[in-house]
Amino acid sequence: MTLLPTKFGPYGGQFVPETLMPALIELEEAFVSAKADAAFQAEFNKLMASFVGRPTPLTYAKRLSEKLGGAQIYLKREDLAHTGAHKINNALGQALLVKRMGKQRVVAETGAGQHGVASATAAALLGLECVVYMGEVDIARQEPNVFRMKLLGAEVRPVSSGTKTLKDAINEAIRDWVTNVNDTHYLLGSALGPHPYPTIVREFQSVIGTEARNQMMMDAGRLPDTVIACVGGGSNAIGVFSGFVDDEQVELIGVEAGGSGIESGKHAARFGDPSKGRIGVIHGTRTYVLQDEDGQIAETHSVSAGLDYAAVGPEHALLRDLERAFYTSATDKEALSAFHELCHTEGIIPALESSHAVAEVIKRAPTMRKDQVILVNLSGRGDKDLNTVMKEMGNL
Amino acid sequence: MNRIEIAFKNKPIFMPYFPLGYPDLDTSIDVIEALAKNGADLIEVGLSFSDPLADGPVIQHATQIALEKGITVKKSLAAVKELRRRGVDIPLILMGYYNPMLAYGLEKFVRDAKEAGADGFIIPDLPMEESDEFVGLSHDSPLPLIPMLAPTSSPERMEMIARKAKGFVYLVSVTGITGERKSLSEGLGELIAQVREHTSAPVCVGFGIGTPEQAREVGEMADGVIVGTACVRTIGGSKSPVETAREFARSFREMLK
Ligand SMILES: Cc1ncc(COP(=O)(O)O)c(C=O)c1O
Repeated sequence: MTLLPTKFGPYGGQFVPETLMPALIELEEAFVSAKADAAFQAEFNKLMASFVGRPTPLTYAKRLSEKLGGAQIYLKREDLAHTGAHKINNALGQALLVKRMGKQRVVAETGAGQHGVASATAAALLGLECVVYMGEVDIARQEPNVFRMKLLGAEVRPVSSGTKTLKDAINEAIRDWVTNVNDTHYLLGSALGPHPYPTIVREFQSVIGTEARNQMMMDAGRLPDTVIACVGGGSNAIGVFSGFVDDEQVELIGVEAGGSGIESGKHAARFGDPSKGRIGVIHGTRTYVLQDEDGQIAETHSVSAGLDYAAVGPEHALLRDLERAFYTSATDKEALSAFHELCHTEGIIPALESSHAVAEVIKRAPTMRKDQVILVNLSGRGDKDLNTVMKEMGNL
Repeated sequence: MNRIEIAFKNKPIFMPYFPLGYPDLDTSIDVIEALAKNGADLIEVGLSFSDPLADGPVIQHATQIALEKGITVKKSLAAVKELRRRGVDIPLILMGYYNPMLAYGLEKFVRDAKEAGADGFIIPDLPMEESDEFVGLSHDSPLPLIPMLAPTSSPERMEMIARKAKGFVYLVSVTGITGERKSLSEGLGELIAQVREHTSAPVCVGFGIGTPEQAREVGEMADGVIVGTACVRTIGGSKSPVETAREFARSFREMLK
């Protein structure tokens, strides 16, 4: 029936109401034809270069490497992409598909606000109407991004149901989509949701891995031993992993949000907490989901809004089963401390999401030899997080 | 003849939806009993889920309260058993999202549901593409999974889905989530006719029907009328829910005669 596989091993699929199935089929068709269309690819690549500022640099973190005294650390600088995070790669790619499908309106969910800003930006650039759903808790903690979305002409609709975070914003975006599916595209922001989203998002984010691999070969003359990325829904991680997944010797590490610690129960570590993280179905996909015994989706916690979500992208679940990628977590505290470390030693203010990946670097680099190399995907910049960090510093 | 077939002997049938556990478990059982004994021909018994993405605010709110008051799949199945004990003998179809059923264990869920006295399942987030594992399970306990169709379904999908229909077809009348609408969607008659081309199973229409008048209009075209949000809002908002349930069922029954 479908043109592409809908599953990643036992994960993924299309668990959505019938009303949406035709839209998923239409989206898959548009994606497959766009992928084979040189003109589409050229337009995407041109926007990536002239609008997003790609390729983003690869930065050797000399002082951090020296301080940690182990592996050499390289940063893939998605924080330098236009709008400040990797989210723009996927938002622009999907917005081009929207044009191709002849739709005029997009809805998006956002947690940290980065995907909302990226969607609003792509919509402004391509002349689309844009509505962004955002949980009230996230609106409060990512205020600068709310204003940015409005400046860019998007309407931001606060979501007050459930936990008032990313999960509930997705619920509302899907409800809007179900209602307006004839003229509206759901611009989903991570490697999540029903097929074909996880595949589409990986494709548009794979530019990170492709560039990073070339840059590593150019700058270091070799592949990294380890690639590290934070995992919310999993889009920046799957993007950078995709460049190395066929290089068997390269170790792939995803970092989930450990929140107040796994034992506290307040976290978003889907893989890290077997007592609550079990295979289930949420938002159209089968994957690891934090839930209670009765299958109700659990509340999550993370200092970073972008990682504060109960499910993980289905392809990560498969990579983990295959032991091709490994997953760990960093607590709020570890992420905040990594945040300050990168500010001080490298002059880079990272997003709190990305700080989770940096936290893993800080744990891991000292255990490695000096001739080994770590590549970390710095998925975004921290401007949006200054309020949160100020508050956390006050609490210390 | 099974309960569903018997229910469709007098068409059009009236099918209210009500979630177990709202406003509390005991009241919801009383409400469903009252609906059944005052004119409902089949009841969609709601199982609650934390993230009901096909539902509008009224049902979201009701199922949220049910969860806060501690409803579980296990308690819901026990409630179905209790309804049978009280002599409710119309079909009871369990309507709920997939994840709580997965968490309960699919095989055990289907078995326990049948044992409790349920007659079938409606799972809004389980489209044809994903239903094999569920349908496969119910082979030896053949409770039907009621297929859903929508205004957006292509002619090919309509055919594929309707052709295999067991029990009845649930035709979603509007492109959207559950909730009352001011008027019926245009082209409903045509939509129903399209579905009938592919199946001899009864065709029931739901989503958006709020008043007995709308129900009568739909009843002239369809084999069954599904009323969810209006039922939950009217009964849930009442000081004497059981009394209101009786009146609610009678008012729709009257109009569908
Ligand atoms: C900077 C940044 N990194 C990472 C994420 C997490 O998303 P994903 O796992 O899809 O990359 C977000 C999400 O908002 C983000 O803004």
